[in-house]
Amino acid sequence: MIQFLQNLGAETRTSFTKLGRGTFFLLQTLSGILSVLPRPRLLINQLYSVGVLSFLIITISGLFVGMVLGLQGYYTLSDFGAEESLGVMVATSLVRELGPVVSALLFAGRAGTALTAEIGLMKATEQLSGMEMMAVDPIKRIISPRFLAGLFSMPLLAALFSAVGIIGGQLVGSGLLGLDEGAYWSQMQAKLDFQDDIVNGMIKSIVFGFVITWIALFEGYDAIPTSEGVSRATTRTVVNSAFSILGLDFILTALMFGEN
Amino acid sequence: MQHTNTQDTLVGLFVASGIAGMFFLSLQVSNLSSFSQKDSYTISARFENSGGLKVKSPVSAAGVKIGQVSSIHFDTKTYEAVVTMTINPKYNTLPDDTTASIFTAGLLGEQYVNLEPGGSESYLKDNGKIDITQPAIILEKALGQFLFKAAEEKSE
Repeated sequence: MIQFLQNLGAETRTSFTKLGRGTFFLLQTLSGILSVLPRPRLLINQLYSVGVLSFLIITISGLFVGMVLGLQGYYTLSDFGAEESLGVMVATSLVRELGPVVSALLFAGRAGTALTAEIGLMKATEQLSGMEMMAVDPIKRIISPRFLAGLFSMPLLAALFSAVGIIGGQLVGSGLLGLDEGAYWSQMQAKLDFQDDIVNGMIKSIVFGFVITWIALFEGYDAIPTSEGVSRATTRTVVNSAFSILGLDFILTALMFGEN
Repeated sequence: MQHTNTQDTLVGLFVASGIAGMFFLSLQVSNLSSFSQKDSYTISARFENSGGLKVKSPVSAAGVKIGQVSSIHFDTKTYEAVVTMTINPKYNTLPDDTTASIFTAGLLGEQYVNLEPGGSESYLKDNGKIDITQPAIILEKALGQFLFKAAEEKSE
């Protein structure tokens, strides 16, 4: 019993210590952002590996998610004779929820793990300490550009995901199932609001981008510098990002779409 | 050098397509393009009952959407619902004896304000008021009256 309590206490203390280190790390990263601006080359390289390389998986998944939504929505809506509202259904679910959330989960799997593994290996092979020896701040040189790239890429990827998904839904709706194309778009335009739907979806994706990149970079930076430590850190990145995305999504949804 | 060049191009393409996606969502998917709030004009009308009318419900004349409801509030002096509407500036020639009524699109559809232009020579101005209004038809009320009438006829 005493042993159990001791373990519980130790566990709690370690997790709070880790959270504290993570917050401190985030503050350092944020203060390092200013020193990235005079060197855009660093940022462009990271935008390539974080954003461009995630482009394909995001667009293809978006297309298929939109197409599935189109099919499923059609079968359900046709029970009520409301096939015309397919566009509204596809667009609302994509812009409000699926776009930000699914692209964030994919982004965590595709880009987050890559970031963690890269930084963890840099630590394991002592490249980070090497930099410190040469009086180069690894936070400013390595971490901040990656953070900025993640923060910047995520809303772009989420917007692409939703846009491609809506087109996918339209392809299925009017191409495969023979719905009226005009009704698809016009009902969507009548029902979706710029402020309430599009902007809130963007805010969600920015928040997710912030959290994912933070978790991924911190796990890599904080990894035990062995091959096993790096592999564990990579796993933790995916698990923790998924939890944070879904939890935050609930909170953000409750805040944003509460009143109507 | 060649390598960085292709990388730059790809990053540029990525950012451009992301921004294009955002534009697509804003203009094609949402109602941002339908009309701008800036140069529209507002008119208000008092209703005995505003039914299920909501902010952003459409305002239409002859079946064409010409604006939307911008606010609904309850007047504590006259006990009426004051509905303010923003109208597209293209349609600024509504006569000042226009009638406003609240209709329902279809049996279960959403409610909207219908404007019926009158024959007056002078036009409604910005912040103008519509005097002749017709309240929303409450389905439950109408049904109740109908049933009551039917029951009355039976007992006679």
